[in-house]
Amino acid sequence: MSEIEQFRAGIRAWLEANCPAEMREPVKDENDVCWGGRHFVFKSLAQKAWLEACAAKGYTVPDWPEAYGGAGMSPAQAKVWREEMGRIGARMPLSSFGIWMLGPALLKFGTEEQKVHYLNPIARGEIRWCQGYSEPGSGSDLVSLQTFGEDMGDHWSVSGQKVWTSYADKADWIFCLVRTDKANKYQGISFLLFDMETPGVTTRPIKLISGNSPFCETFFDNVAVPKHQIVGALNRGWDVAKYLLGHEREMISGAGNADRLTTIGATMARTVGLDDPLLRADLALFDVDALAFSAMGEKFLDEVKVGRGNPAQPNMMKYAGTELNKRRHELLMAAGGSRALEWDSEETAGGAAARGWLRTKANSIEGGTSEVMLNVIAKRILDLPGA
Amino acid sequence: MPLYHTDDQAMLADTVTGFMASEGAIKPQLRHWRDIGCPDGFGHALWKQFAEMGLTGMLAGEADGGLGMGHVEAGIVLAEIGRNLTPSPFLTTAVMGVTALSGGSDDLKGRYLPGIIAGETVLAMAIDEGGKHRPERIALKAEKAGNGFRLSGAKDFVVYGASADALIVAARTSGSDSDADGITLFAVPRGAGGLSHDSQRLVDSSMASHVHFDGVELDGDAVIGDIDDGRALLQKVLLAGRAGAAAELTGVAAGAFDMTTAYLKTRKQFGKLIGEFQALQHRAAHLYSEIEIATAAAIKAQQLLDGGSDKADLMVSVAKAKAGRACNLAVREGVQMHGGVGMTDEYDIGLYMKRDRALAEFMGDPYYHAERVARLSGY
Repeated sequence: MSEIEQFRAGIRAWLEANCPAEMREPVKDENDVCWGGRHFVFKSLAQKAWLEACAAKGYTVPDWPEAYGGAGMSPAQAKVWREEMGRIGARMPLSSFGIWMLGPALLKFGTEEQKVHYLNPIARGEIRWCQGYSEPGSGSDLVSLQTFGEDMGDHWSVSGQKVWTSYADKADWIFCLVRTDKANKYQGISFLLFDMETPGVTTRPIKLISGNSPFCETFFDNVAVPKHQIVGALNRGWDVAKYLLGHEREMISGAGNADRLTTIGATMARTVGLDDPLLRADLALFDVDALAFSAMGEKFLDEVKVGRGNPAQPNMMKYAGTELNKRRHELLMAAGGSRALEWDSEETAGGAAARGWLRTKANSIEGGTSEVMLNVIAKRILDLPGA
Repeated sequence: MPLYHTDDQAMLADTVTGFMASEGAIKPQLRHWRDIGCPDGFGHALWKQFAEMGLTGMLAGEADGGLGMGHVEAGIVLAEIGRNLTPSPFLTTAVMGVTALSGGSDDLKGRYLPGIIAGETVLAMAIDEGGKHRPERIALKAEKAGNGFRLSGAKDFVVYGASADALIVAARTSGSDSDADGITLFAVPRGAGGLSHDSQRLVDSSMASHVHFDGVELDGDAVIGDIDDGRALLQKVLLAGRAGAAAELTGVAAGAFDMTTAYLKTRKQFGKLIGEFQALQHRAAHLYSEIEIATAAAIKAQQLLDGGSDKADLMVSVAKAKAGRACNLAVREGVQMHGGVGMTDEYDIGLYMKRDRALAEFMGDPYYHAERVARLSGY
């Protein structure tokens, strides 16, 4: 047996012994997702046991170094891990903006001390992070942000407002873009980390068209942030922000997220029946695109792990993945018919289909709109003039 | 296995890309053969050059004098054939033909493989009956006659059929037209009695025949594989052809796309390069994304085929459907963004549009393969 196949056998045996049966069922709704954090209430003992088993082995972040809470897997080993997880339909033990967004940025821009201090609690699911980027006046034009950190010697005093802060009301800490020089647009922003329990921080959930409130408005009123809680150099936070956005876009694209990439035709045929040949045809064409995109996701991740591929490729993944997911939910609603319209019924798990469908409309807005993605592809990949 | 080319495959790609850009280019190949009205529609000298580079025998086993490579490597060659619109019997001979022969006797291999590997023999596929690819239904009859068989019926869309040294024919030896069983593959040599070609030039300047079998008598040794039990081998040949056509489509798409983005960077209107207009930038960026996805699907299908995976069938249909749709978008956007000159014969972009149309039909169009994806997925 080759080394990698031995590794696979080891992973397979470990999963068999440690992944609870309940954690091999598909995620049904948002409440099935394990986010971790100080105030997280586990939905079941199995969910807690699964997180703890993975965290103990570094499997929540398999390719991070062991010193930061990972398992130190090589790209090939991490791929085997994903494949074996997929084979048994295992849920992700931990979903986390710390893992998907802040972690990669800290690994690249953080000091050794910051890596050890912040990454380990992320890997164990102890601290839940949120992202302070967008502001009421700074959406697609993010770099115009106004939240200001005044230099007070040993700390900054941060005041301003963020918006679309995902799960800010549930997060323990925030990574936040703060203007520290009003005279410089791009080189006047710093990347700061602070505790959401710091005096002066308040959050207010925003009710969305789905009826849910995954996003918040977040207000800062003279929030004191110690000077050592900056990532990267003073006024060079935009570099960190852009790097992190690449990872955010990769996350939103759904690449590597089996739930987001699955086909839907067979499920709808089984659950609601497909007696309309045109709808069936549309589902078949969708399934072609979904399966092709899952190959793209695999190729993209394989290339990222070895530093191949165009650095702007996450923008393409984000564009294609979110447009695909929106189409997916349009078709789920069409196939679901009037039953899928129900908003509260037990039968529909509280309108899960309708609420999920409405939620996806944000996919092509959050983390950079589809139009901004196309601009970036035109400029950085296609090198079109004046873009 | 990572879903990108290994170092060896990347080296092969480098070599083939350079070779095809000079020897397989549109002017010395496609336009040349078209403009002189060549009845073959492709150049035998280039086929010989393919052989000298080892390409014609790349899929043949090493024991048979080939290179023992796989569909990923064949896909590399086909993508460059697509990018340059090179007329070539590579897909029908070196990919589908060699796959068919792999299921045949040593005698049969000995009859055709050395010629293929030497770049002297060309094979054509006689599978389709009618204007659409529907290989589930095979009506052409092969009846026992003496020690061999007598073939009666007709085949369509036999690409480069009139120039082929032999046709690989899917025939019915028992059962009714739509039965899965009762299929037998034959290698029918050029000039067999009762065989006639109605050879036609197609929209993309390739040549294809309607082939009539008027009591064509064959010896038993023309049978490839087992009598009545040829469906599995036919399926193998179809998968090789579909995966190959998908790879070629990604090359056609990439060629059209590169030509179009280059045009966006040179053509001026309203005092600006037209590539500065956001309306065109967004369409180009969308097209880029579709071609990238189709290319990933094509490579995934090739890898699964090479690995003998039971998921290969599904992914090959995904690849043919996705590459077909992406390539079609590429050529339509290509002609539109070129404006008036896109309609002229002088510019090459229109040639891409023609090639896309022909390749879409070859081995099943996107509708056919989306339907297969639905059936294979259980609905």
